[in-house]
Amino acid sequence: MKHRLFWPVATLVMLILINTIARSQFASITVRDGRLYGALIDILRQSAPLMLVSLGMTIVIATRGIDLSVGAVMAVSGAVALTIIDGSTDPNNVGVVMLAVVVALVISLLLGVWNGFLVSLLGIQPIIATLVLMLAGRGVALLITEGFITTVNSTPFEFISTGYLLLPFAFFIWVAAAAVVGLTERRSALGVLTEAVGINPEASRLAGVRSRGIIWSAYAASAVLAGIAGIIYASNIKAADANAAGQFIELYAILAVVLGGTSLMGGKFSLAGTVVGVLIIQTLESTMLFLGVPSAESPVFFAVVVVVVVVIQSPRLHRVARDFVRSARARRAAEPSLDAEVVG
Amino acid sequence: MTSVETAARTTREQTGYFQTFMSRRASILPTLAAVAILILLFVGAEILLRGDFITPRNISSLLLDNAYLLILAVGLTFVIVTGGIDLSVGSVMAFTGIWLAQLLAAGVSLAIALPAVLLAGALVGLLIGVLVQFFDVQPFIASLAGLFLARGLAFVVSLSSIKVETAEVLWLQSTRIQLGDWYITPTGILALLVAFAGAWVMQFTRFGRTTYAIGGNKQAALMGLKVARTTVAVYVISGICGGLAGLVLTAYSGAGYPRNGVGTELDAIAAVVIGGTVLAGGRGYVLGSMVGVFVYGTIKTIISFMGAEQSWTQIIIGALLLVFIVVQRAIVARSDRRSRS
Amino acid sequence: MTLTADTAYPPIVEMRGITISFPGVLALDNVDFFLRRGEVHSLMGENGAGKSTLIKALTGVYAVDSGSIDLIGTSQVFRGTSDAEAAGISTVYQEINLCTNLSVGENVMLGHEPRKGGRIDWKAVHRLAAEHLEGLGISIDTRSLLSNHSIAIQQLVAISRAMVLDAKVLVLDEPTSSLDRGEVEQLFTVIRDLRARGAAIIFVSHFLDQVYEIADRITVLRNGKLVGEYLVKDLPRDQLVTKMIGRQLDDLEAISSTAERAIDRTDAPILKATGVGRRGVLEPADLDVFDGEIVGIAGLLGSGRTELVRLLYGADRADSGNIEMVGTPAKMTSPRHAIDRGIAFSSEDRREEGIVADLSVAENIVLGIQARKGLRKVRQEKQDSVVSEYMAALDIRPADPDMVAGNLSGGNQQKVLIARWLATAPELLILDEPTRGIDVGTKADLQKKVAELSEQGLSVIFISSELEEVLRLAQRIVVMRDRKSIGELDSRRFDLDGLIDFIANEGDGSAA
Repeated sequence: MKHRLFWPVATLVMLILINTIARSQFASITVRDGRLYGALIDILRQSAPLMLVSLGMTIVIATRGIDLSVGAVMAVSGAVALTIIDGSTDPNNVGVVMLAVVVALVISLLLGVWNGFLVSLLGIQPIIATLVLMLAGRGVALLITEGFITTVNSTPFEFISTGYLLLPFAFFIWVAAAAVVGLTERRSALGVLTEAVGINPEASRLAGVRSRGIIWSAYAASAVLAGIAGIIYASNIKAADANAAGQFIELYAILAVVLGGTSLMGGKFSLAGTVVGVLIIQTLESTMLFLGVPSAESPVFFAVVVVVVVVIQSPRLHRVARDFVRSARARRAAEPSLDAEVVG
Repeated sequence: MTSVETAARTTREQTGYFQTFMSRRASILPTLAAVAILILLFVGAEILLRGDFITPRNISSLLLDNAYLLILAVGLTFVIVTGGIDLSVGSVMAFTGIWLAQLLAAGVSLAIALPAVLLAGALVGLLIGVLVQFFDVQPFIASLAGLFLARGLAFVVSLSSIKVETAEVLWLQSTRIQLGDWYITPTGILALLVAFAGAWVMQFTRFGRTTYAIGGNKQAALMGLKVARTTVAVYVISGICGGLAGLVLTAYSGAGYPRNGVGTELDAIAAVVIGGTVLAGGRGYVLGSMVGVFVYGTIKTIISFMGAEQSWTQIIIGALLLVFIVVQRAIVARSDRRSRS
Repeated sequence: MTLTADTAYPPIVEMRGITISFPGVLALDNVDFFLRRGEVHSLMGENGAGKSTLIKALTGVYAVDSGSIDLIGTSQVFRGTSDAEAAGISTVYQEINLCTNLSVGENVMLGHEPRKGGRIDWKAVHRLAAEHLEGLGISIDTRSLLSNHSIAIQQLVAISRAMVLDAKVLVLDEPTSSLDRGEVEQLFTVIRDLRARGAAIIFVSHFLDQVYEIADRITVLRNGKLVGEYLVKDLPRDQLVTKMIGRQLDDLEAISSTAERAIDRTDAPILKATGVGRRGVLEPADLDVFDGEIVGIAGLLGSGRTELVRLLYGADRADSGNIEMVGTPAKMTSPRHAIDRGIAFSSEDRREEGIVADLSVAENIVLGIQARKGLRKVRQEKQDSVVSEYMAALDIRPADPDMVAGNLSGGNQQKVLIARWLATAPELLILDEPTRGIDVGTKADLQKKVAELSEQGLSVIFISSELEEVLRLAQRIVVMRDRKSIGELDSRRFDLDGLIDFIANEGDGSAA
């Protein structure tokens, strides 16, 4: 049997190879001041926000859901953190920054709990339930920053996205997040119960699975991860931009999940696949930047990728392909007696 | 069950108008609620702003300012009634708007440029419709791809705004047909025409009724209806409406701008839902969506009158959307229960 | 075998040599089927016999791999349902295929609305719809929403719709499964009237009584093959049943009968349910189950048998009644509570409500104990031992715990579900139609297993449409009809005819 990670990993390796052939410095990594630099390292660093959001999205999609509000949650989280730091007397105080991060994450958690409430308790379709926050969330973020783009100068806060410990600090954040999520899902029964709920909610309910709590926790986790992503984003631009933070990130996250081999219909999920999916997207971004495509135009390209991927995943296409193979076989088998048959 | 049925029948004969209305037209209630909200908003604002709000000028500008949104909402209503969704409308509007501006700036005549951009909008819709119908892609995923495609294409056309100098386009906006203090612009007339045409099609054509059938019954194809054709067509209609909205918005702002309409799809969806169309499909009215657009526009106007942050609009619309969704959920659950028992 | 067309009534539909296969399944194998004008023709067979596949071939849902379909002497190739409809074949499906969000009149006329000046003439729509409905003896407000009407009325609306299409052939697929007696009568009156007017009607039903009441001719299918075509008057019931299941009933009766076993009912019952009901779903019913007892629930589909056990299990919320498990009150608001009190429930709908198709067999078996344990994972060694123990005990095949459960046969899926529940060591096991649609060998296995378990002290509530099965297994039978419990009887003192008579006639006087 072919491993389900085969195609995602092969795609990533191909991309890296092509890039390396096109420009040799792509794969080169240099050491300066005890830090590693290079295009690949940049990819690892820049992946952080999308990686965090995609991990959460994977869990939500596994429950047959979708979380469209991740971008808005990022905006709120960034706005909360920066407003706290901006309002303090000592923006460079590590304690202040930690407090800001914790408060931002608690608020993100509350937003996730809200989404989970709408989906699991009120039974509203996930896409619609999270649409509410997608719409209102940015408004809230704008209110927090009072309509401005709040900027700060805070070394500890900037460290979150630009700091280095041999490798970029942001890289460690997402690796840690992936490890925590992965271990929680697979070492406990959460993963398999999530899959059961995603594959067949009614059967799971009748088997005694507390699906409500499981679905709820998925949205909560997604929002917290989006909250961290929002902080990294804000730290990177040193500002809280309620409109630009996490713009369109939900689509990129969905794309990463799908590229990683998790079906949008829910059920079986692969966090490792999602990690690879995000790296593919980030490498593509880097490739396009290298090719001189303005980043504003890259959505065209990703739209094409989405279309290709969903068409390949489409059950209809599989059916058509199967029917084609079968009818070809049948035709070969029937050929000798074709004359004898009356074709309606 | 038979006895229950007979009982229901006799009561229907005895009780009057209300019962009959409920058995026939329960689905119009959310739209009536939207009308009530609109009236409340007007009256409330009038009291709050001490008689400065309900003026011919304000009401006229409501149509003018929201003409593009109304056109988008009409197209979206078709899609949502079939149980689908189209997230691409805002981006299609941006793309067609900027492309129109570019074509005109390059000296192409409007008679060629306009059909070209409408066709472009229709093609994006066609892509979404084909993905949904023939590849079983969930509508929001397919239309998210459409959103990305159109947004990216908008930037491919131009990274910055393009001014429009073409007289015919500017005429659409600048002409004011006056009646006392009331006025209407050609863009407003266009939007109203689209709305009434949409309402007519949904109510009086087999195509329109098929959209309701698809939304009400996933197996409508088993009734011998032309499901595939209709499903693709609603997305194409939505795409064309996106193109028309692009024209109107370009006329309104006198320029095409690739960043136009970011998040407009959410406003349009909110307007449609507030206007009484059920997101699960099968119930809704184009004219209800028009009411929804006016509710949206009125909230926006009130907030700017009060000098409050415009972000309140998003929050209030989000809250209204939530209320309507929860109510819809209750209505759908109730009718499901009924048809099961 | 081949058929000779009856010369007196030339066939209107001639299906010859129909073969349809799906991945891994030969659903129809060279089947012939003839339908004549002015007859009600019943298509009989057990689940999986190919009835619905044959109907779907006739109505254009499935394309045929080989074979021919002739309608009034002309060959037809249906590319979709609209082709079949245009040719004059209309279908009323079991799950009524109408739009509950639209009005009655529009449902009757949808797709065929009269138009005037390019627009739908709504007045004419409702006038014509009312005419068609009145032709079937129904007068209802055609402008009211379909969702306001009962399933029976919706069924008749669907038939009027077929009339609008001027159908030559009317296919009724399990039309009576959710109708009560009175509604069935109303439907039959309509069917007889249509037959008299020369319509050709295919009537598919699980209810033998109804088939014998309405049908003129029967075609029997088994395992995708044609068994034969018979006139109803020439085919006694026992012969029909024999043809459907393909062997003598006696074979199944070889299984040791547990019904004879004496049950000690002096102690308090394991389960004591009083007045459990839900408005519009089930009238308050009582039920006791004693230690080691198998209680059968007999009744037709829609009699309230499934509804009762779902309420007991908390799968649906009861709005009246009390339940005691082993003498102490139990909540019945969710499956969780039921499971915690030692109740296990295997639904009649294996695919939708039982098996988690994409998970492995092992994961499906462990799901019950895992759900009970919460998020802390059941230790791997424990998982392995549970899985291997029950896979062996129930003889689940293939014996591969890592196989995707959705790929198992129906019978083995049912065994997986039973394994899931046995692993939780329940005190009461509720089995709703556990043997439906599974092959005879596995069926016998399952029955034996249930008997064995009850001898070891497990209490069981056993529901089945196959009354023989209930009679053979249960010591006591609760009979349900029209959404209420109408009596309780000792299975030792009843035979099949007695039970059927009880279901059909008992308590008629007291019915409201």
